[in-house]
Amino acid sequence: MSEELRELYQEVILDHSRKPRNARPIEGARTAEGFNPLCGDRGTVFVALEDGRVKDAAFVGSGCSISTASASMMTESVKGRTTAEAEALFERFHALITAPPERAGQGAEALGKLAVFAGVSEFPMRVKCAALPWHTLKAALAGAQAPVSTE
Amino acid sequence: MTTPAVAPALDVEKIRADFPILSQTAHGKPLVYLDSANTSQKPRAVIEAESRVYREIYSNVHRGVYDLAVKAEKAFEGARHTVQRFINAPESREVIFLRGTTEAINLVAQTFGRQRLKQGDEILISALEHHSNIVPWQIVCEQTGGVLKVAPITDSGEIRLDELARLLSPRTRLVAVGHVSNALGTVNPVKRIVELAHAQGVPVLVDGAPGVPPLPVDVQALGCDFYAFSGHKAFGPSGIGVLWGRASLLESMPPWQGGGDMILSVTFEKTTYNAIPYKFEAGTPNIAGTIALGAALDYLTGIGMERIAAYEHELVAYAHEALATVPGLRFIGTAKEKAGVVSFVLEGVHPHDMGTVLDYEGVAIRTGHHCAQPVMERFGVPATARASLALYNTRAEVDALVQGLHKVREMFA
Repeated sequence: MSEELRELYQEVILDHSRKPRNARPIEGARTAEGFNPLCGDRGTVFVALEDGRVKDAAFVGSGCSISTASASMMTESVKGRTTAEAEALFERFHALITAPPERAGQGAEALGKLAVFAGVSEFPMRVKCAALPWHTLKAALAGAQAPVSTE
Repeated sequence: MTTPAVAPALDVEKIRADFPILSQTAHGKPLVYLDSANTSQKPRAVIEAESRVYREIYSNVHRGVYDLAVKAEKAFEGARHTVQRFINAPESREVIFLRGTTEAINLVAQTFGRQRLKQGDEILISALEHHSNIVPWQIVCEQTGGVLKVAPITDSGEIRLDELARLLSPRTRLVAVGHVSNALGTVNPVKRIVELAHAQGVPVLVDGAPGVPPLPVDVQALGCDFYAFSGHKAFGPSGIGVLWGRASLLESMPPWQGGGDMILSVTFEKTTYNAIPYKFEAGTPNIAGTIALGAALDYLTGIGMERIAAYEHELVAYAHEALATVPGLRFIGTAKEKAGVVSFVLEGVHPHDMGTVLDYEGVAIRTGHHCAQPVMERFGVPATARASLALYNTRAEVDALVQGLHKVREMFA
């Protein structure tokens, strides 16, 4: 198998795509729906906040291995973070998966487990797959923030 | 589809040599291009025809009196005659050059549709349609209060003719169906659909992308009233396509876009429109693309459409056989009459992942919803993998796809 393919489909990613974590709805949580018009994939992200922090995050939907693994690992990695921290994490993640070749892999260490997605930057057509769950989370958080400010 | 016994077999290696792009490699492997229903590759005859226009005869059409203009005009109108012969249209003035099938259907929706649809009138399509044969009708229905009716399909991906007949009503103003389903490859019984519609006095538009090719098209034998197809799926350039329509219908329709070429005289008080086809060809057209489309159709005619259809028929049968050996593979769309399209899913593997891994084997297939989301919904899948075959594809390439799918399975399943 080619080096790029191995980089893209790392064992961790394949594992999360086969056995996605937090693949369930959360009752009463803020939700948003994500849609990839390129492939018709749909997914819903659920996020439960407590004191401005992500108490629980989960998702339901069908997608390719990259988007499923991304959703699975995202729900794990945002737990316990404030909404601002979660959004900052998305920004670093997005920078990683869209990095031009000369900056490939930069900032990966700061992303912990999410660093396995660095290989996506070699596949411009697959960036959307990895980013979709995060865009959906961001929308869910944005929805959640409004009521937070009124409480 | 019947295989003519007389036609000598296609020399596929000779044909492949006509397509310069096919000799390259992808990720170090020979390129296996199995996405011709998306867009087809171009033979040297087309590439050279387009380039020759710019090198030798380029000028505007319908305007000049000088030598170059005469040459360009002759070549441009020559392409119209080529199209007329290719689809056996009664008259060349019924051939309108547009950007493609999408524009052709939008034109009919916005002229014929807008003129004839009153509140509650109906347009009848099928559940097999490409988005470009759905959305233009939705738009015109929204503008006019018209209603879009959809004939359902069977589990094998065939239009239910009994339902279609039932849905034909005194309010139906047009039936619009694809010749071949781009997502599943089903060849629709267009002739029968036309008979059903005409029995109720309803005209029929046929979306010929992808129908031209692989099918030999004879609009008079089909009996349809409009036929639209795209150059880029017929080995011609992108950005050029054809709407054929019966002269009497085209003449009764209002113009679509206003501008140069589509007028006879203009004053601020009144403009007199040009005759067909020019009434529907406002502005300077895609001159080189039109001429190159003519070259593409001449290329196909030179090989013989019956031979091409027979070859593809045999190749698609082989592809079905070969793909059926892949464990966990399920075909989506198993109609009796199929053109060179094989849509499938692989258990436990998303089509996108399939596409990426196959790409590294040099194999280019389409993965996704194929601009036919209602079809995907009907079969309960978000997407499929689709291999589409053309006259330049070989059994060895089908084998490469099958080998690639085994690698995909090793990785994911």
